[in-house]
Amino acid sequence: MNASTAPHAPLQPVLDPHRLGHRHGGGGGHGDAAGHGEGGPASKRIIVGYGFWIFLLSDIVMFSAIFASYAVLSGQTAGGPTGAQLFDRTTVAVETGALLISSFLCGLAMIAANARNMLWTQIGLLVTGLFGFVFIALELREFADMIAHGAGPDRSAFLSAFFTLVGCHGMHVSVGLLWLGTMMAQIWAKGFRPTIMRRLMCFSLFWHALDIIWVALFTIVYLLGTLR
Amino acid sequence: MSNDSHYDERHDDAAPGDEHGSTLQGIQTYVFGLILATGLTATSFWVASTHVLWGPGVPIGLCVLAIAQMGIHLVFFLHITTGPDNTNNVLALAFGVLIVFLVVAGSLWIMANLNSNMLPMDQMDRLTNLQMQR
Repeated sequence: MNASTAPHAPLQPVLDPHRLGHRHGGGGGHGDAAGHGEGGPASKRIIVGYGFWIFLLSDIVMFSAIFASYAVLSGQTAGGPTGAQLFDRTTVAVETGALLISSFLCGLAMIAANARNMLWTQIGLLVTGLFGFVFIALELREFADMIAHGAGPDRSAFLSAFFTLVGCHGMHVSVGLLWLGTMMAQIWAKGFRPTIMRRLMCFSLFWHALDIIWVALFTIVYLLGTLR
Repeated sequence: MSNDSHYDERHDDAAPGDEHGSTLQGIQTYVFGLILATGLTATSFWVASTHVLWGPGVPIGLCVLAIAQMGIHLVFFLHITTGPDNTNNVLALAFGVLIVFLVVAGSLWIMANLNSNMLPMDQMDRLTNLQMQR
């Protein structure tokens, strides 16, 4: 059944004659959308999520370059302090726990948002942010301690690489916290609109990805750096 | 013979992070993921600090634990699965992993090679002094 053969076609302007953007809009909607394979393009949520997924992967590729330079330079201490002398495993364990719980709570907040529950979404996001803030505060305290003891990024190639790698991750978490606050305000002001839900999905992907990078980071930098 | 019912059984792709199922199932997935991730993290810290294990094996063990935990995060938090609706996500991830591997392993390999072919610093200084005396 073709739309142009229907008797009322001249009265209704056909906005999308080839149904390029209407997979889910009525009329069977599959099989013959020109140039888009079976069924035409996917819904906007899937396209946005996939695009953001590719951004996250490229971000991880960028991190891999910084990881590689850290691995190459981790022994070049130029007579300065080594990782084993600088790192405190207890702090790292608390940081790891805070970020893991934050990531978990972000997932719960997403479930609450999908259930369109404003109160629990806001509570979930708030606690997510608090644990993220604990992480950042501990990391800043560690950095300040190291710099105060003469182990700043200008001390040796090892410390330059360390501050670049850990600082870059901390920067991502800080930006994520800003994004989190923005999302809380937007959900509050605009409700669970499709655009807001897509942004929220991207935020949760970002937050989970940061936790994945932290897993590599605490293993390579802190645990392998402090082996006896 | 491809008729309409055949197409109707096809599912949409899934966006990464999207999960199908009830609220309770969703919470269960996250709780399960949290328990596994916590267990692996605790094991990592234990492996790094214990004296029970054979020393030279510890770094490899830590890498294996980290990769396992990343897998847990991908499956339980990011909901990257092997299902047909996730093919695109998995392929993008595989490409990302390939690039990460090339960048990290390639850098380490090249720099180790460069290091072993370079003159040690004290000999380099001696050479420079000799040239200056000439």
